[in-house]
Amino acid sequence: MNESNTTTTKITIEPVTRIEGHARITLQMNEDGEVNQAFFHVTQFRGFEAFCVGRPFYELPGILSRTCGICPVSHLIAGAKACDDLLAVEIPPVANRLRKVMHLAQILQSHALSYFFLSAPDLVFGMNGNVKQRNICGLAEQTPELAKRGILLRKTGQGIIELLGGRRIHPTWVVPGGVSAPLSTSARDSILAMLPQAREEVLKTLNWHKGLMPKFNQEIQALANFSSLYAGLVNRKGYARHYDGRIRFMDSNGNVIQDHVEASQYPQFIEETEQPWTYMKFPFYRPFGEERGMYRVGPLARLNIADGLGTPLADRELQEFKTMSSEPIRASFHYHWARLIEMLYAIEKIELLLNDEDILSNHVRSIAAPNRLEGIGMVEAPRGLLIHHYRIDENGLVTGVNLIVATGHNNSAMNRGILQAARVFVRKERMEEGMLNAVEAVIRCFDPCLSCATHAFGRPRLQIQLLSAKGEVLHELAS
Amino acid sequence: MDKPRMATLWLDGCSGCHMSVLDMDERILEILGQVELVYSPLVDTKEFPSNVTLTLVEGAIASKEDAAFIQRVRANTKWLVALGDCAITGNVPGMRNAISLERLFGASYQKLSAATAITELLPQVLPLHQVVPVDLFLPGCPPPVAAIYALFQEFLWAVNEANGDLEAMRFTFDATQYTGFGR
Repeated sequence: MNESNTTTTKITIEPVTRIEGHARITLQMNEDGEVNQAFFHVTQFRGFEAFCVGRPFYELPGILSRTCGICPVSHLIAGAKACDDLLAVEIPPVANRLRKVMHLAQILQSHALSYFFLSAPDLVFGMNGNVKQRNICGLAEQTPELAKRGILLRKTGQGIIELLGGRRIHPTWVVPGGVSAPLSTSARDSILAMLPQAREEVLKTLNWHKGLMPKFNQEIQALANFSSLYAGLVNRKGYARHYDGRIRFMDSNGNVIQDHVEASQYPQFIEETEQPWTYMKFPFYRPFGEERGMYRVGPLARLNIADGLGTPLADRELQEFKTMSSEPIRASFHYHWARLIEMLYAIEKIELLLNDEDILSNHVRSIAAPNRLEGIGMVEAPRGLLIHHYRIDENGLVTGVNLIVATGHNNSAMNRGILQAARVFVRKERMEEGMLNAVEAVIRCFDPCLSCATHAFGRPRLQIQLLSAKGEVLHELAS
Repeated sequence: MDKPRMATLWLDGCSGCHMSVLDMDERILEILGQVELVYSPLVDTKEFPSNVTLTLVEGAIASKEDAAFIQRVRANTKWLVALGDCAITGNVPGMRNAISLERLFGASYQKLSAATAITELLPQVLPLHQVVPVDLFLPGCPPPVAAIYALFQEFLWAVNEANGDLEAMRFTFDATQYTGFGR
């Protein structure tokens, strides 16, 4: 649909495709045919905060992992950590290591999904590639080795989750106080046997990806490339942490503005606001206020804030990545590259964890009743910082739940990134499908998980609309 | 002979059923080689196409938009599969059914309310078969990979048997040997 009119124009893209969730984009144009406003609408609402109230606390990790079938392990672990906090116990060290293995396996499979199944079609065929070919089926025909590599890496992550937890999606093995069963020798050996090939495939992809970058200069410049704050978990030494660690906030020049923020302190630093046109909230860095407090999380932010990762190959890649700029890397297009480096890190780190001689220990769970009425669990989900915050009564029944999900943190940056890309790529006089795909590609950089983001509510699709200044719909891509 | 046209869609669910489809691993390529994937979160089609032979639906019906959309899907699909427990029973999305929309919004937001919501949410989340006729049910949270793969194999066998005459095609599938409570 493209109703021209004399004043201004609005474009809607709906659904946004090759993303994890339901959403639509509206672009508003001014009298001169330039895009002057952009809105990323998330249209799913689920109500977890309300219907979890009254249930026993130990059900929450299992129920809340149903927020998302892509990163259920993140919700399971954040939930179990919030429950550990309610129990007020120290969990056995081996249980922590086993949880880390599952969590890293999930980062591996989730990044493989984002990179190979959702975004690689844009990398192989270009933003203007044939719309019928620009998907995983086209990839399988055109570059079968790349499609097979994506399948293998996703299978490696999912296979590790299954060997640990008995199933690939929605495992229940992570429980309050630890994990429900120790690791068997045969499972450990099976996992270790998968890793060398996975590592080789990631290294090949990294080389391929770096070689592609000169072809994507325009996308690097225009897809959400701006200064912002960054947030993520680090340890005492400033190394990136995915399972534990405390929050570091960094400014756009690379200065650490707040370090080692504990889970319990998050409300002092993160505040959320709402907009009437989306179900996804807008968190911001509280000390800087809503205007200046926009921050990014996820793979790019984690690499920006970290002094290192802590495994040899990943650290070598990180060093090379950081030579692109003396300041934090602003281009959201490099989320894709960052994802590959994190996949390499996950594989190396899993190997280190499994080669620890205690890993087969039977002591994997601390049993206790609740000793506190409030508990907070925090992890780095594949897409960034995830916080589960529970309140219970004396009987262990839930009185309140708050989730701050990874995708939500990036909400302001995604909206701003869509506007930036639309100003570069969208031309009113010559509306083409590929232009809108370039706008959708902003979303794919962030790899948002919209079912997570709207745990509050639900429906996974994105729509783009071009509106006139009067609010009339000029162009629409919809389902 | 043209390849059968296949679609997958995701209503109110978590995407776990789609992930279970991808968990076929290398077998995805075997299946995709024998069908034309015309609509899915994995491809860039914006409108649901006509003349689709097999559509897998994950998730429940949560809004008026979902209900209208599934009517369009049903009208253009020969075999409609309810994929997973949310599509079959409402499952996790249906856990909100005992609570009013006002209270749901109140628990989640400061400013947003059901009255001004950007989608018209139904007061109760509905399973698929309460809105449109469903041909096949594949249970599980998510359905096991073995069940999904067997369904595709049966489907492709039936297509082959029909010898190009998809109108006369007969297709049944017994999921019970692959799924079950507690498994």
